[in-house]
Amino acid sequence: MSDVLLQALTLVLDPYVLLVVLVSGAFGMFVGALPGLTATMATALLVPITFFMDPVPALAAIVTASSMAIFAGDIPGAILRMPGTPASAAYVEDSFRLGRKGELNLALGIGVVGSAIGGLFGVALLIFAAPLLAEFALNFTSFEFFWLAALGLSCAIFIASDRPLKAFVALLIGLGAATIGLDPAAGAPRFTFGSTELLAGVPFIPAMIGLFAISEVLRGVWKISSAPRVGETPKVEGSIFGKAAPMLWRYRLNVLRGSTLGSLIGALPGAGADIAAWMSYAVSKRFSKQPEQYGQGHAEGLVDASAANNSAVGGSWIPALVFGIPGDSVTAIVIGVLYMKGMNPGPTVFLQNPQLIYAVFVIFILANLIMVPLGWVAIRVAGRILRVPSGILFPLIMTLCVVGAFAMTNSVYGIIVMLSFGVLGWFLEENGVPIGPIILGLVIGPLFERMFMTSMIKADGELLAFFERPMAAALGVLVVLIWSLAAIRALRLSGAWLLTRR
Amino acid sequence: MTNISRRGLLGGAAALGAASALPGVAFGADYPSRPVQVIVPWGAGGGTDATGRIIASILEKQLGQPFNVVNRTGGSGVVGHSAIANAKPDGYTIGLITVEITMMHYAGLTDLTPANYTPLGMVNADSPGVTVSAKAPYKNIKDLADAIKSSKPGALKASGTGQGGIWHLALIGWLRAMGLEANHVTWVPSEGAAPAMQDLVAGGVDIVTASLPEARAMTDAGRAVSLATMGSAREGLFPDLPTLKESIGVEYSLETWRGLAGPKGMPTDVAATLEEAVAAVYNSSDYQEFMKGRGFGLRYMDASAYGTFMERADKSMGETMKAAGLAR
Repeated sequence: MSDVLLQALTLVLDPYVLLVVLVSGAFGMFVGALPGLTATMATALLVPITFFMDPVPALAAIVTASSMAIFAGDIPGAILRMPGTPASAAYVEDSFRLGRKGELNLALGIGVVGSAIGGLFGVALLIFAAPLLAEFALNFTSFEFFWLAALGLSCAIFIASDRPLKAFVALLIGLGAATIGLDPAAGAPRFTFGSTELLAGVPFIPAMIGLFAISEVLRGVWKISSAPRVGETPKVEGSIFGKAAPMLWRYRLNVLRGSTLGSLIGALPGAGADIAAWMSYAVSKRFSKQPEQYGQGHAEGLVDASAANNSAVGGSWIPALVFGIPGDSVTAIVIGVLYMKGMNPGPTVFLQNPQLIYAVFVIFILANLIMVPLGWVAIRVAGRILRVPSGILFPLIMTLCVVGAFAMTNSVYGIIVMLSFGVLGWFLEENGVPIGPIILGLVIGPLFERMFMTSMIKADGELLAFFERPMAAALGVLVVLIWSLAAIRALRLSGAWLLTRR
Repeated sequence: MTNISRRGLLGGAAALGAASALPGVAFGADYPSRPVQVIVPWGAGGGTDATGRIIASILEKQLGQPFNVVNRTGGSGVVGHSAIANAKPDGYTIGLITVEITMMHYAGLTDLTPANYTPLGMVNADSPGVTVSAKAPYKNIKDLADAIKSSKPGALKASGTGQGGIWHLALIGWLRAMGLEANHVTWVPSEGAAPAMQDLVAGGVDIVTASLPEARAMTDAGRAVSLATMGSAREGLFPDLPTLKESIGVEYSLETWRGLAGPKGMPTDVAATLEEAVAAVYNSSDYQEFMKGRGFGLRYMDASAYGTFMERADKSMGETMKAAGLAR
């Protein structure tokens, strides 16, 4: 164990890896601080570059960039009332109003320090829970994995979205696209129309780049002429940490509560930093002595939620590493990268490459520590970042996208997939359909199908076998419960609707 | 008008053909004069990828031009194998072809066969192993073979790769050599050896027939036990594991292999340069040490031997797959 830890430390404390952490940290800050560009997009754009790296620097880049982007989303939220990433949307009113009161330094100070503490908390949970869970999951067969995949898909609809029906539509699109290619059980080609490229299925990283980056570029192009130019932005004055530290101490229990809730929500398949922020903000308001202050520039909810969204980053790695089921859309990409680097996620990852996994843990800690100084710099230069003209930004993103998609398949096929999904993503988002579930469908779908087929073959077609093993039965009941609750709620709603109609 | 332009086109095409043939004769001497693409039909991080990358790095040193590994994955290897076969046969696109080239055309996934390639040399061969869970009651391969023979058809499950994959064929070959039906032990398809090993340890399947290096992480962790190799001889890294023949007297062995090849119709001098370089790569200490370290089997055949070998392997694979009902 200490031997593995030492190996992990040597892997991380390498000048090249440290440089990667620094550069990708700055990159994550930049992308996160730009309104509309999400942490997922920062990760998706990094993947093609990590393609040429060893596993440890590759994962270091992703871990650092996604952590930084989640914090940096607070910056334009406080300055312009435009959250940089969806994860900062929950408390944008409070941080913006604090800024208007001339306390921009307090709002962003809470953001950066709260994020770092929350992030470290999430990592702690990851470090302690993941190996234990993996040991436990070593006894999982296809039956348990089938239910886990079902649970992931269900969470994607019912927990991660306030619009279950639209999320369901998006999920079905993802699941549908996942059926293209060779079927996982018999190896028969499906929907390939004789094309060799389609035989490989829909490569999900190009699809992801399309959904999260191209769609944003398209939206940007639409708005480019009408959008008001960001003029002079208010300057961040005064000490950033001086005021935030006492405030965080005053609300130390909120930090703890936000971090706990955030990392647990992150660990749920399908729910990530944005849900964590919304939920913990709501919980904070519910238990506060001054709930009427929320949304008026009150720091309390800010403390809870900015700790929560960063703790979710660490938490979301738990199901990704242990089960190969993504905790959110960032870890969906991570799973792809793990496969590319030959570190197949699943309970065996701790047996096969323990030093690499511990290296990831070390990097997580490092990234959250470095967040404080990097965040300080980002806050100081925020005005300049926000004034980068979109005429420069979008072509740059577009270039990165095309290069990235090509690198994934080494052919034009990747670019075609990226562009198709880009248009699709843009169209869906314009119509209020969330795109996150598409990615979850693409990643979990094949696992779901494979585990179902494998289980059926093992059980000689006996459906009851899905409930025979105790753990499988427990998971199965949980899934059935989630669906029944949703069905009951839907029935009640339609019942109420009928009553009002009558 | 149309006639003239057509004649002009034809003439142009002829001239083009002649022009392109000329450098073909000339460039053997200065081959390679620009970077060479090495296509690997399997994903980065896997065994074929690792083999391809070490070979490319040594070729680069020997021939003085970059040899860039390009992963073209998916479709059970069809995508990458097609990319190699369909490339311009000028020596600037070569690739690592694997045992699947003798299988996928029987499975109806492609029309490509070994005949679509210019062989350059075989560089590796691995054998399937027989691995069971550490909790299983079988102490040795004989226990397991007896248990299989006395079991009801379909009672025992085995896994290791997809349906009709190489480790599945290994199981079928072994069962048939023991006089049993091809489906006496049910095959549970998995996405590669690692998930199959996981399922083995968790008690979901009884036997895994993946190669011994693939089973190594779990056997080293004491959670699984390898009982035998299905190779024709014992393996260097696993000297204690008997072959099927010496342990239970079953005449059966199978190997998977990897070798370098280019598209069909490569200029002979270019092919000769590459064949010589591949032989030198194989004999280099870098390559030997790398393969031993990863537990991959070392095996070399020169271009013509490799070509004949593939032709023979293709025929016998066809027989096995037809017998197992896997040919379409």
